[in-house]
Amino acid sequence: MTKLTVKDFASDLDVRWCPGCGDYAVLKALQKTLADGGSTLEDTLVVSGIGCSSRLPYYMATYGFHSIHGRAPTLATGAKLANPDLDVWVVTGDGDGLSIGGNHLLHVLRRNVDLQVVLFNNQIYGLTKGQFSPTSKQGTKSPSSPGGSVETGLNPCVYALGAGGQFVARCIDTQAKVLQPVLEAAQAFKGTGFVEVLQNCVIYNDGIFDGLKDKKTGPDHTLHVEHGKPMVFGVNRDKGLRVAKSGFGLEVVTLGDGLKEEDLLVHDEKNVHLAQALAALGENDGEPVVIGVLYRHGKHEFVEGARHGLPKTPLSRDEKLNRLNATLRTAETWRVE
Amino acid sequence: MHETSQEATALADLPVSQTPEVDFVRIRIAGDSGDGIQLTGSRLAESAARFGNDIATFPDFPADIRAPSGTIYGVSAYSLNIGETEVLTFGDVSDALVALNPAALKKYIGELKIGGLLIIDSSSFTERALEKAGYAADPRADGTLSDFRLLPIDITELTTAALRESGVSTKDAKRCKNMWTLGLIHWLFEREIDGVESWLKDKFANKPEIAEANLLALRAGHMYGEVAELPAEISRYHIAPAPLRSGEYRTINGNEAMAYGLYAGATLADLDAFYGSYPITPASPLLHTFAKLKELGALSFQAEDEIAAIGSAIGASYAGHLGITGSSGPGIALKTEALGLAVATELPLIVVNVQRGGPSTGLPTKTEQSDLFQAVFGRNGDTPIPVIAASHPGDCFDVAVEAVKIATKHMTPIFILSDGYIANAAAPWRLPDLGEGDYAPFPVTKATDPDGFLPFKHDPETLARPWAVPGTPGLMHRIGGLEREEGRGNISYDGDNHQRMTEIRAAKLDAIARDLPPQTVDSGGTSGKLALVGWGSSWGPIRVATRRAILKGKPVSHVHLRHIWPLPPNLKALLEGFDEIVVPEMNNGQLATLLRAELGRPVPGVSCVKGRPFLVREITDIINDVIGG
Repeated sequence: MTKLTVKDFASDLDVRWCPGCGDYAVLKALQKTLADGGSTLEDTLVVSGIGCSSRLPYYMATYGFHSIHGRAPTLATGAKLANPDLDVWVVTGDGDGLSIGGNHLLHVLRRNVDLQVVLFNNQIYGLTKGQFSPTSKQGTKSPSSPGGSVETGLNPCVYALGAGGQFVARCIDTQAKVLQPVLEAAQAFKGTGFVEVLQNCVIYNDGIFDGLKDKKTGPDHTLHVEHGKPMVFGVNRDKGLRVAKSGFGLEVVTLGDGLKEEDLLVHDEKNVHLAQALAALGENDGEPVVIGVLYRHGKHEFVEGARHGLPKTPLSRDEKLNRLNATLRTAETWRVE
Repeated sequence: MHETSQEATALADLPVSQTPEVDFVRIRIAGDSGDGIQLTGSRLAESAARFGNDIATFPDFPADIRAPSGTIYGVSAYSLNIGETEVLTFGDVSDALVALNPAALKKYIGELKIGGLLIIDSSSFTERALEKAGYAADPRADGTLSDFRLLPIDITELTTAALRESGVSTKDAKRCKNMWTLGLIHWLFEREIDGVESWLKDKFANKPEIAEANLLALRAGHMYGEVAELPAEISRYHIAPAPLRSGEYRTINGNEAMAYGLYAGATLADLDAFYGSYPITPASPLLHTFAKLKELGALSFQAEDEIAAIGSAIGASYAGHLGITGSSGPGIALKTEALGLAVATELPLIVVNVQRGGPSTGLPTKTEQSDLFQAVFGRNGDTPIPVIAASHPGDCFDVAVEAVKIATKHMTPIFILSDGYIANAAAPWRLPDLGEGDYAPFPVTKATDPDGFLPFKHDPETLARPWAVPGTPGLMHRIGGLEREEGRGNISYDGDNHQRMTEIRAAKLDAIARDLPPQTVDSGGTSGKLALVGWGSSWGPIRVATRRAILKGKPVSHVHLRHIWPLPPNLKALLEGFDEIVVPEMNNGQLATLLRAELGRPVPGVSCVKGRPFLVREITDIINDVIGG
């Protein structure tokens, strides 16, 4: 069979996100990941909830299910349990996945169901016209918070690690060079591949990630981690992370003056404490926002365990009826003549 | 399938029960929740059923897991009606009460008939226990019990004496008093104890000393009846086997029958069953039963909440399984939005509601039929879902099979209404001939041909859309909760299309209605002065009261609805044969309201929301009120 192209993964519907929306880039990266990886249309299922990002399944030429607000992980879990051969993608947003659907995200991660969750985080409710979301920074001015939001914003990767997620990654919508390999890695991971994508909402929250994306200054504010590599970042590759010399946690240091790359931390995907520390960075001035695969440590996958004990080969109707007849007769039976 | 509801019961042509203590006996065993009452009762039920009696049971236990001992609210009881005739209800009053402590006596003495047999465990009537039960004076001494044939026995004392040589501790010995009591009751009913003996040996196969202790207690209780010189007024009950239809039988409760029926239905449809659920009283045993069917190919999933439970079932249906979810009223409320999604996406889905008392958390362990409106109407939008109801434990099996048939034939979610009473009550059940007759296979065809495939093209007869399962080449499509264009299924906000799709969803119920078997009369003639119209588990008391009234020559009939929504098309014409119709139901008039709207005539209802099924005499009162006593 000839390998499918990016175009083959696009449905015939017009994409109806706002011009300039970050969602376009994520859609493209997903289509390219599937095409490059040799996925088939029929074995790919994209399930979403409600929100701008959740329109994505309509633009895919695969099987797709645009479900209800926050519940995509539940449908995806049911479909994957029923047919483990499907490659299942959950597409969600910060409101869908962390507000109304926070519970399901928690449990899909905890169970480690073999599927991918791509969470588009634009820190705002777009489809309902711009209210603050659970990931909005405190003080976000919006129609429902004209004086600035009072709540603390949630960090999706910290949440995912806290829920017991075994694959946790963060990307930026327009940085395909990071996003696409991460999506590939998530797909290959046996368990829930959780990928937070920092995504620009061009209408209601435009430019909030510009500082990270800026070609010139962005590298000073982002750290792309890769397993086994030292944690260097910065426009001049002169900054890095090491274990704090005083107090507890990580600290940003500048190389030179006797401080060399070997003195920096080396990324270890299997270290959950490191991942938790990395995920939390970016809150304070000078700290980079960490992108790439923060944590990857597959332990128990859910679907395989949950299906364990099913008949090895599917039973015929007669075999099933015979077994049911036998089960019904495990209670005491008697005959009336 | 409709006829099956009669066939599957043991009861066809069985005369109705008439004379207490002659052709049927109602016994209640009550004690502390730690006394093993439910076990004792269900073993007695099993023995009676095996002997060939018709039985009806009513387990009544506290909502608390370990209620404080000796209190009224900690009392657990098991009521059992044993007949050589059709009994169907656990009995308005008891002919015999076994009270293992003062609290049990206090709680149930009011429901023991005057002159009834009262067995009490004297050992438990301590000052402290009397006080806990709220007795100011010892009821044995102050004449309170003079209306009854009192038989005080030192059950605890006799049990420990019987086990003195066995080596078990006094504490363990005391715990065997339920088996001692069971032995005595077996003697009272002229029954052998061999069935209980083999059950005990099996149950405690890994704990031979416990098995032995229980066996000793059981035999001692039985022997006590034989050798103790009981007062002359204590006579044994002589209930002969009932002339049941020939066949192989077992006892079953509604929850078991429901789970097995759903599995059978899925199998007859050539589908794998998927049960997604969240624990809730009284529906949890459905999940437990499904979990045990894994070796048979059924998947069960304990979800994180009610929404995830139905979400997973919808996902499984989309992926080609038969998605099933089950809960009780409060849980069903949480599933509401997802129900709309199942209607919108036109996927087969079974939703079981084992009803309990509401509103809100209500009465978790008590029965009610008050979720009819919730099932028929409880959704946003014009969102029709068919609703069918089970009327007795064995009927749950047949209703489940029929639900699968409707859901897959018409590609629709469907509600099955059961309730806490039939879910827990045991009745004799004639085992079905799977694969034959009413249980013939009805294989489902999934879409495979890409040629001209349209995901939302509807079959003109059934209004089903094609079931195209992910993994099938060439049939890739997108579905969802947004309104979709008829045929291609793409998002459509077009007004005319929405009108058409709304009509299609309504027409699907019309198609189901056309397929329904005509409504028949359960008991009595097809016309007359009065028809009692019932649904669900009120079947038993309505049937018994009606049959007894008919024997007295009263022009009354009983019409019982399995199909709640849509209603059988001939129902209106059938009911026009009756001068009056009255709907007794365990809610505040929900079916009555529905029928008023659908039939366009007055439909008085009689409500009973006391956490228990109707009593036969309450139904008899309705008949007498309308026809005259």
